[in-house]
Amino acid sequence: MTTPPKAPLPPADGRRRPRLAVHKLSSCDGCQLALLNAGESLLALAERCDIVHFAEAGILDLDAEADIALVEGSVSTPEERERIQAIRSRSRWVVPMGACATAGGPQALRNLADAEVWIGSVYPEPQHIQALPTADAVAAHVDVELSLPGCPVSTQQVLDALATLLAGASPFAEQDKVCMECKRRGQVCVLVTRDAPCLGPVTVTGCGALCPGLGRACYGCYGPAENPEVPTLAQRFADLGLAPDAVARRFMFQQSGAEPFQQAAQDWRRRAPDGAPGNAGSAEQGHD
Amino acid sequence: MTATRFLPRERLQTLFERIGDLGYRCMGPQVRDGAIVYDDLSDAAALPVGIGAHQAPGRYRLEHYAHARCFAWANGPQALKPLLFAPEETLWRVTRDAAGRLAFAAAAPPSQRRAVIGVRACDLAALALQDAHFAGDHADPGYVSRRRDLLLVGVDCGHPADTCFCASTGDGPAVSNGADLALTELDAGFLVRAGSAAGRALCDALPLRAPSDAELHLGAAEIEHARQSQRRSLPARNLRDALFANLDHPQWDDVAARCLACGNCVAVCPTCFCSTEREQPAIDGREAARVRLWDSCFSAEHSYVHGRLLRPDTRTRYRQWLTHKLGGWHDQYGRSGCVGCGRCIAWCPTGIDITREATAICTADQPEGEA
Repeated sequence: MTTPPKAPLPPADGRRRPRLAVHKLSSCDGCQLALLNAGESLLALAERCDIVHFAEAGILDLDAEADIALVEGSVSTPEERERIQAIRSRSRWVVPMGACATAGGPQALRNLADAEVWIGSVYPEPQHIQALPTADAVAAHVDVELSLPGCPVSTQQVLDALATLLAGASPFAEQDKVCMECKRRGQVCVLVTRDAPCLGPVTVTGCGALCPGLGRACYGCYGPAENPEVPTLAQRFADLGLAPDAVARRFMFQQSGAEPFQQAAQDWRRRAPDGAPGNAGSAEQGHD
Repeated sequence: MTATRFLPRERLQTLFERIGDLGYRCMGPQVRDGAIVYDDLSDAAALPVGIGAHQAPGRYRLEHYAHARCFAWANGPQALKPLLFAPEETLWRVTRDAAGRLAFAAAAPPSQRRAVIGVRACDLAALALQDAHFAGDHADPGYVSRRRDLLLVGVDCGHPADTCFCASTGDGPAVSNGADLALTELDAGFLVRAGSAAGRALCDALPLRAPSDAELHLGAAEIEHARQSQRRSLPARNLRDALFANLDHPQWDDVAARCLACGNCVAVCPTCFCSTEREQPAIDGREAARVRLWDSCFSAEHSYVHGRLLRPDTRTRYRQWLTHKLGGWHDQYGRSGCVGCGRCIAWCPTGIDITREATAICTADQPEGEA
């Protein structure tokens, strides 16, 4: 914890249990499912708080007041822009969860393009599409108390945050890089042994270093860690043989909306020759 | 060490068997995911036979050779450190009963007799430093328990990697102490020396014979060749004063432009010992665990004091690592914290070379004629 923690959630007034809402904006529902998959822990959670809104669990009350509001999804439509304000006004702790809510998600790729042109080229009747020009993180619209990144979030990460909040303490905000977690697990570095373009050195952990543990390069779905040396890593990928547009693509998955990744994507796209077919190497060379 | 004996290669399995007879769980080097790692191993045939390890800054590749040797490689990413200083360990638990009372209980120290076969001299030197830190005046119960139950079979390093520099730190390539048993690998078998009472008892139980003069000569020649073939080195002196006199050296900016502050160097370093602690609360609110994790001076939390970061950027974090490792350790532990294993060079994703950085920062400062 390197910033003064927010004041913890004060205990409920004693006459009622804390209320939990799980909201959804533009998203795939995967983060809600990560919570729904908690199994017995979900039952334990339900014994400690009232779950007032959680669409994937079949509990619907969009306008319910809540002590803790988990928010999945990015703000990408005019309706969502209004709704996140309403959620904020009815919630004591607003906690964006997942890459969409914390950084815009894959749909934030449109922030790097002209969204109107894209919509016009995809839909025969684009006038029916109500979309903002950008897909934003929740924090771009309202203050938030804690962010839980990941695509999707890990079940344990959400449960840890909720358990800490319900205990009246300030949740721990993970800052370590994936490399730290990877080495703690005794996994062998895929970048050093295979030149795999792994984003672990700049990505915040919370996933348990899942992809390197399965022999795959991290693709940064948790987003930038504290003090991410993104230009240094991008240069390393280029030194390992990735063409500039392949370097740029490494930073254009779920976290292209996160500032350091977006900057790297833009910088390395500019270096790519126009119309370059990209690196024709193995799948690992940029698409891992 | 006692008189040197000889174990024929075809009888290597008896070493595993006799150690197993003594109630030890055997661990040893083996190939996994493109590297040599240490894990449970009870079959000599599962050793990395014919395997070599090419290492360069930021690069590690296994190589295959048509020979029967099983220790003809320099170190992989880890050896003893994770077995003793656990990467993640529960220190204590707290439970809350129905009346709301809290009860705290320390985690029971683990108890398991483990034997590690194939430990290198650099890692034995690192172990002595970890002992000084974890088993000194403020002994760590988990570490001490695991350390007490440890049997070590060292193997002299005949094939240093391009990244190795143990000769310059004085910690290798030959196993000189710290091992219960020390082996030198030759084509036909192993020269064997006992380094403890446990090692002598093992020797008595093994099918050993007296070595020939030629075998003794070959063993000495291999070690000397391993010493001579190392191309990297650290300046062979206490670098503390030179480092602390150069805290504003431009080289710190230079290395910060190449450093990812990812902490890989710390994680693979066999002497680094920093840790952090975290709470793991159960969702039912009835218990929580206090867990200790490997930390790194490259993480923000490591320098967070009273509302601010003492080391906010990569430059100050790398400088902390290097000045502590090669400088501050002299005051704390009576020697440098570097044993020349070269892991931080090979496993750095951008290939930063500690010997180059230290030399660049310290050499200009060295007065004429200083040893």
